[in-house]
Amino acid sequence: MKIKDKINLRQASVPIMFIIICAVCIPLSGLSPKMLINEIITRMGRNSFLILSLLIPIMAGMGLNFGMTLGAMAAEIALILVCDWQIVSVPGMILAAIISVPISVLLGVFCGKILNRAKGREMITSYIMAFFVNGIYQLIVLFLMGKVIPIKHSSIKLPRGYGIRNTVSLLSMRQKLDNMLAVNIAGVKIPVLTFILIAIMCFIIIWFRRTKLGQDMRAVGQDMEVARDAGINVERTRIISIVISTVLAGLGMIIYLQNMGNIATYTAHSQIGMFCIAALLVGGASVDKASIGNVFLGVVLFHTMFIVAPRAGAYITGDSMIGEYFRVFVSYAVITVALIMYETNKRKAKSAASMRLKEAQESEEMGESSQADA
Amino acid sequence: MTMKERITASFKEFGLPRLIITGFLVLLLIIAPFVGSDLPTQISNIINRFSWNGILVLAMVPMVHSGCGLNFGLPLGIISGLLGATLSIELGFTGGLSFLMAIIIATPFALVFGALYGWLLKKIKGGEMMIATYVGFSSVSLMCMMWLVLPYHSPNMVWGLAGKGLRTTISLEGYFDQALAGIAQINIGNISIPTGTLLFFALLAFAIWAFLHTRTGTAMTAVGSNPKFAKAAGINVDWIRMLSVIMSTWLAAIGILVYEQGFGFIQLYMAPFYMALPAVSAILIGGASVNKASIMNVIVGTILFQGIVTMTPTVMNNIIHMDMSEVIRIIASMGMILFALTRKTEASR
Amino acid sequence: METNGAPLLKMQGIKKDFFGNQVLADINLELKAGEVLGLCGENGAGKSTLMKILFGATDIAETGGYEGDIYLDGQKVSFSTPFEAIEAGIGMVHQEFSLIPGFDATENILLNREPEKYNFISEIFGDRLNTLDRGAMDERAREAVDKMGVAIDRHMMINTMPVGHKQFTEIARELSKEQLRLLILDEPTAVLTEREAVALLDSIKSMSERGISVIFITHRLQEILTVCDTVAVMRDGVLVECVPSSETSITQITKRMVGREMNASTSQREIRNTEDSKTVLKIEKLWVDMPGETVRNVSLDVKEGEILGIGGLAGQGKLGIPNGIMGLYEAGGRVEFDGKEIPLNSPRVCLDSSFAFVSEDRRGVGLLLDESLEWNVAFPAMQIQNKFLKKYLGGLINWRDEKAIREVTEKYIDELQIKCTSSKQNAKELSGGNQQKVCLAKAFALEPRLLFVSEPTRGIDVGAKALVLEALRRFNRESGVTVVMVSSELEELRQICDRIAIVSGGRISGILPADSTTEDFGTLMLMGVI
Repeated sequence: MKIKDKINLRQASVPIMFIIICAVCIPLSGLSPKMLINEIITRMGRNSFLILSLLIPIMAGMGLNFGMTLGAMAAEIALILVCDWQIVSVPGMILAAIISVPISVLLGVFCGKILNRAKGREMITSYIMAFFVNGIYQLIVLFLMGKVIPIKHSSIKLPRGYGIRNTVSLLSMRQKLDNMLAVNIAGVKIPVLTFILIAIMCFIIIWFRRTKLGQDMRAVGQDMEVARDAGINVERTRIISIVISTVLAGLGMIIYLQNMGNIATYTAHSQIGMFCIAALLVGGASVDKASIGNVFLGVVLFHTMFIVAPRAGAYITGDSMIGEYFRVFVSYAVITVALIMYETNKRKAKSAASMRLKEAQESEEMGESSQADA
Repeated sequence: MTMKERITASFKEFGLPRLIITGFLVLLLIIAPFVGSDLPTQISNIINRFSWNGILVLAMVPMVHSGCGLNFGLPLGIISGLLGATLSIELGFTGGLSFLMAIIIATPFALVFGALYGWLLKKIKGGEMMIATYVGFSSVSLMCMMWLVLPYHSPNMVWGLAGKGLRTTISLEGYFDQALAGIAQINIGNISIPTGTLLFFALLAFAIWAFLHTRTGTAMTAVGSNPKFAKAAGINVDWIRMLSVIMSTWLAAIGILVYEQGFGFIQLYMAPFYMALPAVSAILIGGASVNKASIMNVIVGTILFQGIVTMTPTVMNNIIHMDMSEVIRIIASMGMILFALTRKTEASR
Repeated sequence: METNGAPLLKMQGIKKDFFGNQVLADINLELKAGEVLGLCGENGAGKSTLMKILFGATDIAETGGYEGDIYLDGQKVSFSTPFEAIEAGIGMVHQEFSLIPGFDATENILLNREPEKYNFISEIFGDRLNTLDRGAMDERAREAVDKMGVAIDRHMMINTMPVGHKQFTEIARELSKEQLRLLILDEPTAVLTEREAVALLDSIKSMSERGISVIFITHRLQEILTVCDTVAVMRDGVLVECVPSSETSITQITKRMVGREMNASTSQREIRNTEDSKTVLKIEKLWVDMPGETVRNVSLDVKEGEILGIGGLAGQGKLGIPNGIMGLYEAGGRVEFDGKEIPLNSPRVCLDSSFAFVSEDRRGVGLLLDESLEWNVAFPAMQIQNKFLKKYLGGLINWRDEKAIREVTEKYIDELQIKCTSSKQNAKELSGGNQQKVCLAKAFALEPRLLFVSEPTRGIDVGAKALVLEALRRFNRESGVTVVMVSSELEELRQICDRIAIVSGGRISGILPADSTTEDFGTLMLMGVI
């Protein structure tokens, strides 16, 4: 029991640290509570869905899916096309979602197959995978779009006649989802429909855990060999988990971009994986265990830090850049610490066995000597 | 084994991605004169870029040898080098002396950072590569704050207006710009060969080669090849791995200084962020795997990688009038790393 | 015991060889419904290979299949995967647990056979999106546990369970399969406490009453006599005896298990009496945490110049002794060499005190597979004793002396008749026997005073075996090196050792001169088996 408490404390340590950072920075930032809450609510709507996409690969024992960027890229391609076809507002978003899914599935299968060949180092491989597919994405968007893939409107095309501009405006879709059914409470805008979508997603994930496939994934995640011996198709199950994650990341990216109102064509996806993973870990998740609660706690804490750190930094040092760099540093540091904790915990379990053996022998000797005394 | 089998076997060993990349470069070299790009200039470019990057790629070797995998934590060493360079200028050294001082100042930083990094890697055997990546990222972003805060005063380095905080790019004019390249430089027509830098690379490469032939170097290779064997032979595996990490970190520090003297500028802040990836893919293209690397791999890999980097923009531009070099570089280098990661390296254990 | 009707299982003329190495020769076995068969034999007698064939293990097919026929209910069957065997009603509980640590017993019992509920989503996306029917799962797990007759907590997580309960969870999983008619239990009592073992035996009896046949593999002979209807004894791939348990006894089984006729080399050679020699290595209260080979409280004296054998069944801890002393696994206790204490958990100090160790894990620990023979032979001597080095700058640089390395490697290639293309060949390209010789050469090159050799003949052919043993004997005689040899093959120990210590249950159960009778050794082996 004691050991269990210790582990819980360790897992809680990251959220607690963030609560302290936020508690210190919020007053220093000089933001009014209303502004702060508004910002946090906006960012919850924007990011939660993306972070939810990380849960399933963790369940399947494949660690943090740095390859979620693949889904983000699929969504961007879909949105660029929809934008060019001038299908606006929510129908445009739905169409973009429909287009993104097959691309995500394709990329997910590819990624899953590669990861199956790199068992034990899924994370570094999915991380490199994101870079690799980014190269292909650039090839498509920068060279093929306008040449091979028809793009009509010059507003999104580069002046040279092919390739997409650095930013594509999504004005026609901007916050259309968020504004539907939006409620305004004391000056705080709540994007109800977005939250409903997120809630539905949460229920789907909870339901998914209770399905046969969910059970198989948990089994594969804990011990691939045992799962294989029991007749579960391990490779296929792992690929499915990555496909689901990629598709969800794609849908999440559409929600994210409609909130932003424009696509930074070549950079929007590059950091998304890192920030989502950092947020999830801040919420108390680890490489092999994450829950929906971790997602929301993480979104709130991480983004509060994100909002207040630059201002607080500027207040303390007089230089706004310090805060900017601080939050980047914290994002990376959180991931680093989580990875280190995961690896060290794996090794700790091993050394416990020899301690027990030593104790057993000592108690046996004690027994022998007391018998001799008697 | 028939001749044909042997050829297919050696092709397999070489690997398809590597074959494509080599073939691509050869193709570029053949096409180059026909599309009107100047071959001598190209070759001169390749040699120069080789001389800048060679040591950064060399920094991979010790850690690969000791079984720590590819050193994605290269930025840590680069930071040591940057500290050396900026402190050397801050302390008022100029010219060639500033280069020497930069190396001397960078060394203790590299040793300390390397030792800390090695200590960390000791605790996380098996997960080195991912953690190394993030240790690199964390340290780069931590240093971003430090560059702003540390009390640098040299007017050549700090922001003119504020009078504090280092600039993102610092010119080395008057300091160690071309400090090595200028030594015995050979200029024939369009070709310019940075003899000094090449000799310096050769010196370090020879030192590493020699080290791997000593008792301790032999132990390092054995640790990488089979740590259990090494442990049973009385080797202090943790210490050898630590040593390899320190060596890699130090080489990265020297590597960035050599890079800067060729490039002519110090790049701070986020610049070291993605510097590990080109070095990693270069050594892999050269024929290394996650747990085997030689000096030859370094030389071949750097030439191939830099060849593609320099040749593609001009040649491709001339053929299809599109600058696809960046995209090709990303796909080729990342594809190479992916290939290396998916190979079963433990197969023979 | 039912005796009417056709036998449930009939194995006829089963033969199996691994690359020309005969491991099973003409096995004939019959089993009736509800019959309990006790299968015993030394390690390597062929028990597990026979069971693998029956259970359709994939490595059997991969190594060329088997000869002979298996009939189930009079139908000829041949399984190429375990799944086919399970389908036909055969269940097997292996020695290693096959359980998901973070699942509870119920989830594990029904792993991949969970009762499911259909829903509209699964209509579209397929059966894998059916939800699990937790109620039915619980019900079926309860039935299985009831059938077993041993109460375990069905909602307990596997990773918090005592080992015994894990074992019962596995058995319950097999029992939950409705088609189950034959259950193979591979040393199930090895991890159980005494009370649990008794419960298991009761459970086996009740299974037999329900008409399920059981093949029960164990080293605890008393259990076999208690619960089995028939006892089958295997030795060297031959079924030497198959009798009703009422017609045999522990002594007779033991004799059959180990009882080979003394061969000429054993009976004719001299056994040196080392009682009066000086004690060179003194081991006191040694414990070693080597997974699967745990050593508990071992005290042992090794005499100067002798060859001491350490024997015993697999998993009893004999391998843990040299591995623990050499610092490869966590160990405690006290070891003295030549009156000087040797600290444990430090391979370097052991090697500095001129010990050498040839590991049983040839490919894992013994060799640098991806390096040349030269490296393999010279490496420890170079690292420990600064041999094969050229010194420059007053010893500052220790340069590898390639010439000296080649010379020493070639010397051992000649001496031990290692078959290779050159001393530069990579170790992984050699055959098992030659790899073993390289391991010996590596140890010899250290010129040790005390040599530990662990399973030196495991997995190598007969010719190489003789050469390896001869090399060890010569090394002992000519250089006066004390040798401690660990082997599961008693015969081989008796061929070259002076004294043989038998390890059982992690402890030394006795030390006998090498010319003692096989029965005596057999009794010691089975004495404290866990």
